[in-house]
Amino acid sequence: MSKEKVLEVKDLKKHFSAGKDKLIKAVDGISFDIFKGETFGLVGESGSGKSTAGRTIIRLYDATSGQVTFNGEDVHGKKSKDQLRKFNRKMQMIFQDPSSSLNPRMTVLDIIAEGIDVHNLAKNDTERKKRVEELLEVVGLNKEHATRFPHEFSGGQRQRIGIARALAVEPDFIIADEPISALDVSIQAQVVNLLKKLQKDRGLTYLFIAHDLSMVKYISDRIGVMYMGNLVELADSDELYDNPVHPYTKSLLSAIPLPDPRYERERQRITYDPSAHDMSEQAEFREIKPGHWVRATTKEYEQYKKDLNIK
Amino acid sequence: MTRYILRRLWYMFITLFIIASVSFFLMKLLPGSPLNAEDKLSEQQKTIILEKYGLNDPVPVQYVKYLGGLVQGDLGISFAFDNTPVTDILADRIGPSAIIGFQALIVGTLLGILLGLTASIFRNGPLDYSSTIIAVLGTSIPSFVFAGLLQYLLAVKWGLLPVALWGEFKHTILPTIALAIHPMATAARFTRTEMVEVLHSNYITTARAKGVNESGIIWKHGLRNALIPLVTVTGPMAVSLMTGSLVIEQIFAIPGIGEQFVKSVMVNDYPTIMGTTLMFAFLFVGIILVIDLLYGLIDPRIRLAGGNK
Repeated sequence: MSKEKVLEVKDLKKHFSAGKDKLIKAVDGISFDIFKGETFGLVGESGSGKSTAGRTIIRLYDATSGQVTFNGEDVHGKKSKDQLRKFNRKMQMIFQDPSSSLNPRMTVLDIIAEGIDVHNLAKNDTERKKRVEELLEVVGLNKEHATRFPHEFSGGQRQRIGIARALAVEPDFIIADEPISALDVSIQAQVVNLLKKLQKDRGLTYLFIAHDLSMVKYISDRIGVMYMGNLVELADSDELYDNPVHPYTKSLLSAIPLPDPRYERERQRITYDPSAHDMSEQAEFREIKPGHWVRATTKEYEQYKKDLNIK
Repeated sequence: MTRYILRRLWYMFITLFIIASVSFFLMKLLPGSPLNAEDKLSEQQKTIILEKYGLNDPVPVQYVKYLGGLVQGDLGISFAFDNTPVTDILADRIGPSAIIGFQALIVGTLLGILLGLTASIFRNGPLDYSSTIIAVLGTSIPSFVFAGLLQYLLAVKWGLLPVALWGEFKHTILPTIALAIHPMATAARFTRTEMVEVLHSNYITTARAKGVNESGIIWKHGLRNALIPLVTVTGPMAVSLMTGSLVIEQIFAIPGIGEQFVKSVMVNDYPTIMGTTLMFAFLFVGIILVIDLLYGLIDPRIRLAGGNK
């Protein structure tokens, strides 16, 4: 592949201890690459570890093991303050809940400008203010909003502030952790389109975490499906939707409702039964077609291949 | 905003009126009279004295007279203390109480915030547990126990400070410490609980993602949000500290309001008792109003209607 790798995740694990002897394997060995300028969608049900994966990649959590390489540099290794700052600047995150992720006691100006301050991106107050006002216009708000407080905005507007905040430090790579799931459907479309536009204008790369499959398909170039801390399938969006291989992916796709009563009457829900897998052999992540990966045992792998050829 | 303040002032007035009335009638219901102790007086002398202070009038008449005096800022004349006006007694006595109370408030809340902060940062560690123990002891052990201990150790045994004197700054140290323990414990518990909650909120994660360093997160994002609820408890605490602790002032022989209050209750000095009560109430209601107004400044979410354009 000729495309430039921005992020490389190798066998990333994040385990949480829950009381004595109990271990929660939130992320249990996932590997994927993200290329420059693309949107990588990460889907899965609640508790599948997709948010934990995102937060571990940006180093809000320390990884239990595994490697994250960003622009050729290891993220989790020992780093000096300067290196950390630089990393923090290049990789930013947009959070799920736009109301609680903004400090209620700070004005929008200060919230957005804090990143600018931390990274010394503005020479003086006027420049700082000007940059914030520009950012507000970029995300579709206006500069009068700068002096207000987060609670004076609607959910969609708050998420725009969250986006402006992330953009303030001019990152290359943005992790969007379910940025639209707390918003109304009509606002969701606006925010997603805004993200797409920003990507085009600024050449951003996204890791888009979500559970809304139709939205993920709309925005993503490639999609990874997570289940219980593992990636079970990874492919280009169209390929994944047209030729899902793993039973869990099939089950997920069958759950998407369409606003079409005739289709809905016929729609068959496929339920996923994890016990159908052969547990005697450790499943591995294998490439079944160029760019299409699936987690399977050797036997399943052969079976999936056959299935694909028949189709 | 002006309308809001005016309305609050009106409520304040009503509250004070009710407190004045209730304390007046309670005084009247009290068994005994200011002349209880004066066995040597003849019936005639007693009548003359009662007449002089207007205590022979029917209760409603006394009540109206009392209210009339209040409106003019006259709290009456003390029966017991050389016939001085109550206002003069209070003015004389408020100083020492205020000094001790103010020092205790500053020392107590600052130490408490530090203690709570340390506990929340090193949560579930030894520092957290010891701070919790200090806080629990501070809340549950009455201040006069500490006062006694401090006197015994620092004054009697080691002779560092006087046991009970009044005049210099040195003399204020022991009572300040004794009085500061309770606010310290309260502030520590509040700060810890709030900080733990705030440090888990999403905007702290956001700040981390921005690249804000740990001290910025704790001071700028954490503490500033965590201290809002503390403001609410500090107000009333400040009043009760500054208007004097009855017991502490007795123990350290401080010529403050509290000590005065105890004396006047002993001798049924009605005007002084009522005057002190009313002053406590006035300060209380006033501080609460100030705190409510401050709240809008501290926490933008609670801006009152009309507060922001």
